[in-house]
Amino acid sequence: MAEELTVVDHPRAAAKFVRDDARAHWHDQALWFVRVKRDRMAQSLPEWETLRAKAAEIKAHTVGHLAEYLEQFERQATALGAKVHWAADAAEHNQIVLDILQRHGVKQVAKSKSMLTEECHLNPFLERHGITVVDTDLGEWIVQLRGEPPSHIVLPAIHIKKEEVGELFHRKLGTEAGATDPKYLTEAARYKLRQVFLESQAGITGVNFAIAETGGIVVCTNEGNADLGVSLPKLHIACMGIEKLIPRAADLGVFLRLLARSATGQPITTYSSHFHGPAPSGELHIVLVDNGRSSILGNDDYRRSLHCIRCGACMNTCPVYRRSGGHSYGATVPGPIGSILNPARDPGRYATLPYACSLCGSCTDVCPVKINLHEQLLTWRRDIAAAGKLSWSKQAAMKAAAFVLARPGLYRLAGKVARFSLRHLPRLLLYGPWNPWGRQRELPRAPRRSFREQYARRPKP
Amino acid sequence: MPRVGLFIPCYVDQFYPEVGLATVDLLHRYGCDTDYPTAQTCCGQPMANTGCVEQAAPLARRFVEIFAQYDYVVCPSGSCTAMVRHHYEEYFHGDATYARLRERVFELTEFLVDVLGVQRVEGSFPYRVGLHQSCHGLRELRLARSSETVGPAFNKTRQLLESLDGIEFAELTRPDECCGFGGTFAVNEEAVSCMMGLDRVHDHLQAGTQVLTSNDMSCLMHLDGLIRRQGQPIRVMHVAEILAGRAVEPLPKRHA
Amino acid sequence: MSSKEKILAAIRRQSPARPPLPSLDEAWIQYPDVQAQFAAALASVGGQVVEAASLADAASVIGQLPPMEQAAKIVCTVPGLPLGNCVLDDVPDPHLLADVDVAIVAGRFGVAENGAVWVEAGHLRHRAVCFICQHLVLVMPRGEIVHNMHQAYQRLTFTRAEYGVFISGPSKTADIEQSLVIGAHGARSLTVALVAGWEGQLSAAAQE
Repeated sequence: MAEELTVVDHPRAAAKFVRDDARAHWHDQALWFVRVKRDRMAQSLPEWETLRAKAAEIKAHTVGHLAEYLEQFERQATALGAKVHWAADAAEHNQIVLDILQRHGVKQVAKSKSMLTEECHLNPFLERHGITVVDTDLGEWIVQLRGEPPSHIVLPAIHIKKEEVGELFHRKLGTEAGATDPKYLTEAARYKLRQVFLESQAGITGVNFAIAETGGIVVCTNEGNADLGVSLPKLHIACMGIEKLIPRAADLGVFLRLLARSATGQPITTYSSHFHGPAPSGELHIVLVDNGRSSILGNDDYRRSLHCIRCGACMNTCPVYRRSGGHSYGATVPGPIGSILNPARDPGRYATLPYACSLCGSCTDVCPVKINLHEQLLTWRRDIAAAGKLSWSKQAAMKAAAFVLARPGLYRLAGKVARFSLRHLPRLLLYGPWNPWGRQRELPRAPRRSFREQYARRPKP
Repeated sequence: MPRVGLFIPCYVDQFYPEVGLATVDLLHRYGCDTDYPTAQTCCGQPMANTGCVEQAAPLARRFVEIFAQYDYVVCPSGSCTAMVRHHYEEYFHGDATYARLRERVFELTEFLVDVLGVQRVEGSFPYRVGLHQSCHGLRELRLARSSETVGPAFNKTRQLLESLDGIEFAELTRPDECCGFGGTFAVNEEAVSCMMGLDRVHDHLQAGTQVLTSNDMSCLMHLDGLIRRQGQPIRVMHVAEILAGRAVEPLPKRHA
Repeated sequence: MSSKEKILAAIRRQSPARPPLPSLDEAWIQYPDVQAQFAAALASVGGQVVEAASLADAASVIGQLPPMEQAAKIVCTVPGLPLGNCVLDDVPDPHLLADVDVAIVAGRFGVAENGAVWVEAGHLRHRAVCFICQHLVLVMPRGEIVHNMHQAYQRLTFTRAEYGVFISGPSKTADIEQSLVIGAHGARSLTVALVAGWEGQLSAAAQE
C-alpha cells in the first residue's frame, strides 16, 4: 500500500493541523469533553482503581498463558459449533475471510467496527475481489464514504465537522443541501444503512473479548450495528487479534465496567452481545490473528501494550493527539497506544511517533488496564536511537551536550557564554529561523551570575 | 541538623539562580544544613528523554558519585527528581549506592511536607495564584492526586501555599493538563508545544491568575516565554520563591 | 506447519512471566435502593422504567406506551402478554421483520450500576427482532435487579450454544460532532417494564 512507503513526519503533520487554530481547538475541545465524561464515570465508582488493578492482573495472567487459553478457546468455540481459523499475518487473515465469503457467494458484507480489519486493510482487499464492504458504524461509514481512514479508534469521524458530513451526505445520499443537524443526518444514515443490512449476505464484526473458558465472544456497540449486521444473514465472521482473550466469563464483570466508562463516559455500551456458537441454522467463523503480536509478547518492555482493550481513552486525554489529529500519526491506531504499537511493526516509518509526546503521563493514569504508556514511549525513544533512526542533528546535539555536561569547567564556560549572549546579542541574531523556541516564545531573561556563583558569594550563616 | 545536598537543575543554575537561592533560604528556615556540590551539572534527563541513553549514562553515574554522601538530596524540580528516582535504574541495575541515594532524593515541597513535616509556612502572599501542576511531579512523584485517578484528594504543594496569608487560587477548567514543554518536545514539536502552552495561559487568564507558579521552572520557562511574547498580565514565580517570601516583580508598565 | 502451530509455537517460545489469575472477590459497589439506581442509570442512557403490579397490569401499562399507540406491527414473545399481532415463530425469514414497530421481549434481570438488562435470545426464533424493531420493550420481574456487573456474571453460565446481550438504553450514536442522537440503527426507544408478582420467563438454560 502506497501509504506504507512514506515515513511519517508527525511534527510536520501536526504543525499543519495546528495552523487552522479554530479547528484544532474545536477538535481538542470535542475530545476533552469525552475525557470529562470519562472522569465523571470513573469518579462515580469508589472501586475504580481496584478495577484497573484487576484488569491489569487478568491481562498479565492471560498474556502469560496465552497459548493454553487460545487452545482452550478453540476447543470450546468448536464444541459450540463455531469454526475457528488461525492467521499468522494480515494477508492470511484477508485470504481466510475472502475464502469464506466466496464459498457462500457473498456479494455484500455489513461490517461493524473492527480495528483488526483496519490493521489488515481488509476492505480494499475484498473490494479488489469484487465484494462490497459497508462499514455500518456511523462514524466509520462517514470516513469510508470520504475515502479516508478513521482518525480515532472509537470515534472514527471525530475530526469531521457536521457541515462536512452534511455536504457528504448531500452528495452521496441526496440529503437536503446545507443540512447540518446531526439528528437529521443520522436519520438519513439509518434509512440508507437499513437497506444495507437487509441486502447483505454476511456480517463481519470485530471482537472485544473472547472467553477461553466458554468459547464465546463479546462484541460491544452503541448503535446496534453489529447485532443487526449478523442477525439477518446466516453468516457471521468475527475477526480478532489473539490478545483479545480473557480466561473466564466472570472477568467480563471487570472489563465491561471499565470499557465504556473509559471510552465514552457511558456506564456500559448499549449492546454488549455475547455470542456462543452460531445462530440456529447459521454459521459463525472466528479468525484468530497474530500479525506481529507474538513477537511483542516476548518483549519485557512492550508486552503490556498487548493488554489494550481499544477504549481510546489515551487518545482522548493526550494533549498532543487532541491538537494534532489522528491522521497525523499515519497509522490505523493513532495516539499514545498507536505510538507504541506502530514502531513495533516498522520502526523506520514510525520513528517520530514516540517523540510526539511531552511525557506528561496522562495516558498512563487514564488507561483502564494500567498500561505504562508514557514509559513505553520513552523506551521506544531508546530503541529508536539505538537502531540509528534518530536524525543526525538530534544525535549530534545530544552528543555535544553530553560532552559539555560531563565537564564542569566546560559547562560553566558554556553557561557563561549562553547568558552573555542572551543579554547582549541583538534580537535579530537570537530570534532567527534557526531558533524554533523563539518562534512564539521569548527566551529566558539571563542573569549576570549563575546560582553557583551567587551561592559561593553569599554570606555564610 | 540534616545535611542536604542541593540538586539544582542545570537550567536553574544558569538562568534562574533566584529559584535556587529561595530553595536554600527555605531549607535553612526549616533547620537544614545545605551544601552545593559544585561538580554537579545535569542529571542527564534531556539525553535520556531523547533516547540517547549512552550519553545519559555517564551523567547519571557522575550524579550518584557526587550526591551519595548526603543525608538528603533536595531539588526544586519535580521533573529532575523524577529522573533520578524513576529513570536511573537502567543505569545502575540494583547498585546499592544508587538504591540508597534513590530513597533520599526529594523534590522541594515533598521534602518539606513528607520529611520535615512542615504543616504551614509563615508569610503572606496576597495574590491570586494559578498553580501549574508539572506532570512529572504530579504523575511520577505523586505530589498530588491527578485528575485521571480516583481516590482521596491531596496536593502537597498547594497545601503549603494555602497556609500563606491572603493567598487565593485561580480555579482552572483543566486542572492538570500538560503545558507542552516536555524538554526537547518544545522545539521538536514546536507547533503543538506552543498551542498547549497558550491553552494553559488562556485557562489561567480566564481564571484570573495574577501569579503563575509551579514546582518546575522548565514548565514556567516555556509558559513565561509565551506570556512575555504576548504581553499577558501574568507574573511567573517558582513555588520556592513564593514560599520563601520573595516579592512579586511588578508587571511591565503597559499592564499597570 | 499450520498457522495455528506456527502461532502457538511463537507464543510458547516467548514464555513471558506467568502471574496468577486474580480473585474477583471484592467489596464491589452496592446501592441502598437498587431499583431506584437502576431506573436512574437507565434514564441516564435514554431509557425508561415503567412499573406494573402484575402481568395483567403490564399489558395495560405497556399498551398505553406512546410507541404502541401508532404501532402497526407488534411482536410480543412474552407468554401471558396478549399485545402482539405478529407471531415470531410464524415468520420464516428475519428480513420480513423490517417493518416491526414494537418488539416486546422478556429480560432476565437488570443491573443497577448501568441500567443494563440481560436478554437471552436463544429461545427466540429470530433474535434480529430485538435490533430491527423501531421500539423495544423489555419485560422483567420486578425484584430481579443486581447491584453490579460482578453479581450479573455470577448469574450467567454459558454452557451451550446461545446468544445473550446486555441492553442498556436505546440505540445511539454520537459520531457526528459528539452530539448524542438516539436511534442509530437499533431501537429508537427502550422501555423496561418491571412487573411485580411475576416470576418471569424462565431462561432457556433454566428450562432444561
